[in-house]
Amino acid sequence: MSVAVQSWSPSWPPAIPKPGALPGFGITFGFTLTYLSLIVLIPLAVLVWRASGLGLDGIWRVATTPRVLAALETSFVISAAAALVNALFGMIVAWVLTRYSFPGRQPIDAAVDLPFALPTAVAGIALAALYAPNGWIGALFEPWGIKIAFTPLGIFIALVFIGLPFVVRTVQPVLQDLDREIEEASATLGATRRQTFFRVVLPALLPALLTGIALAFARAVGEYGSVIFIAGNMPFKSEIAPLLIVARLEEYDYAGASAIATVMLVISFAALLAINLLQAVSRRRMGDA
Amino acid sequence: MLGPSGSGKTTLLRLVAGLETPTSGRILFGGEDATHRPVRERRVGFVFQHYALFKHLSVAENIAYGLRVRPRATRPPDKEIRRRVAKLLELVQLSGLGRRAPAQLSGGQRQRVALARALAVEPRVLLLDEPFGALDAQVRRDLRRWLRELHDRTGHTTLFVTHDQEEALELADRVAILNKGRIEQIGTPDDVLDRPATAFVAGFVGEAVRLPVELAPHALRIGGQAIALDHGLPSGAAALFVRPTDLTLAEPFGDNRLTATVVSVRRRGPARRIELAIADRLPTVEIELAIGRTVHQGQAVHLRLLTPRLFAS
Repeated sequence: MSVAVQSWSPSWPPAIPKPGALPGFGITFGFTLTYLSLIVLIPLAVLVWRASGLGLDGIWRVATTPRVLAALETSFVISAAAALVNALFGMIVAWVLTRYSFPGRQPIDAAVDLPFALPTAVAGIALAALYAPNGWIGALFEPWGIKIAFTPLGIFIALVFIGLPFVVRTVQPVLQDLDREIEEASATLGATRRQTFFRVVLPALLPALLTGIALAFARAVGEYGSVIFIAGNMPFKSEIAPLLIVARLEEYDYAGASAIATVMLVISFAALLAINLLQAVSRRRMGDA
Repeated sequence: MLGPSGSGKTTLLRLVAGLETPTSGRILFGGEDATHRPVRERRVGFVFQHYALFKHLSVAENIAYGLRVRPRATRPPDKEIRRRVAKLLELVQLSGLGRRAPAQLSGGQRQRVALARALAVEPRVLLLDEPFGALDAQVRRDLRRWLRELHDRTGHTTLFVTHDQEEALELADRVAILNKGRIEQIGTPDDVLDRPATAFVAGFVGEAVRLPVELAPHALRIGGQAIALDHGLPSGAAALFVRPTDLTLAEPFGDNRLTATVVSVRRRGPARRIELAIADRLPTVEIELAIGRTVHQGQAVHLRLLTPRLFAS
């Protein structure tokens, strides 16, 4: 599942834009609506319609069974944690790639995109092999009694892996365009480097960072391929919601599958909407809106 | 500090601020060695050409920034910060705009916010890097006058970098002329205009044209014409710098006249600018002519040299 993230205009009522240098608001807006309907809204509507065979209380009954609740919690909590970790480390990677020039910068920059390009199942198999108790990295943790593969920790690692490029690629261009003079101004005014970062640089990066977090989170919630190989898929422990949906489909329980999917849809939409609103607020504070 | 692009004005200013590190030499603040002090301890007020305001903070918070980042022990209480911000807003004539975002202000207003922000930390020296460079001519003139008044009122030692001579000569008590990373002359505006120390200063200040001339004892030869002149320089090749006010039209009779041909006549401000060719291979020179007199393109005229600015080459 991939989710389009757009920024929400805080102004209300929305004004119909005046003709600009390029005409065609009517045509492009019409196209956008039709396209979004065909590609996004109609499939989602069918999903809801499928689930609605159960009725609202039917959906509720499916969604509140302990196993489904556990899977939803696993999916959303671990996705959120992975997105936050990616926010921190993605920003550090973006920082290093834009602020310093060093031999091998180009290949490293290109490597950031690999999680995009790799089939997720390949990533899952590779990660599972690495983090299994007898794998290279898993073996290091085994003596401490820490199991990574086939536990929620493994899911977390897979989700961090696939989410990294989103934060790096959204923060990088903003960081590149960031005026170095505002950092110098901050220093001449007596700020320490720490203060300069937290009071001047981070607020400027915040809208882009939130976009990156939203994308990484959305991707993580929908991720299936890489997770099932490393998760172990034990109900109540390391079973993600998408896996449960596939399981229901294999039992020909289409309504049940749709019900779980609908619940995921609602939660995802609410989370992304919340992030978008946060973003609108931080943009407005930047004076861009 | 005045000089052409790439002469090192900004680099010198950034060295003073501590934004660059010198490879040699020392930076003294009132006799105290500040060479190895980090930027934030130098207490300089730096104003950038493109304002460098913090976009996510309001105008008032931009001004308060330098006070808010102080360590708790020396940070004034919130109420005191607000009082000082209000006072600074008044000083830069932006009272009532404290809650605006920088993006909602005009260029001239933004630069005044940047100035107020720099003044808030009570700097020992105010460093201005082409502060009016991004503004249009009218706003520049107004701000220039306003800055001069502000300076007279507050008495901050101010280093002002510009490539605009008019700005430098009008604002400064002392002007440093820079060229290729070196200071050519430091002096009052009168010094650099009337007593240029080097050929570069003579050529750079005051729209001067450089003419190659030949010196003989008590005489000056220029493009095949000779006039008598007590120049006191050794004979040989030299450079004559001619500003529009150094030459004047003269009657044809009398000694020491140069002849020239009118290349073009243009209106400039309250007078006309006449472009003249003294000889074919020489650069053309310009003189000012009052509106009452007329000359025509192609006409031959006679000139008298009022102020000879000569440098042996």
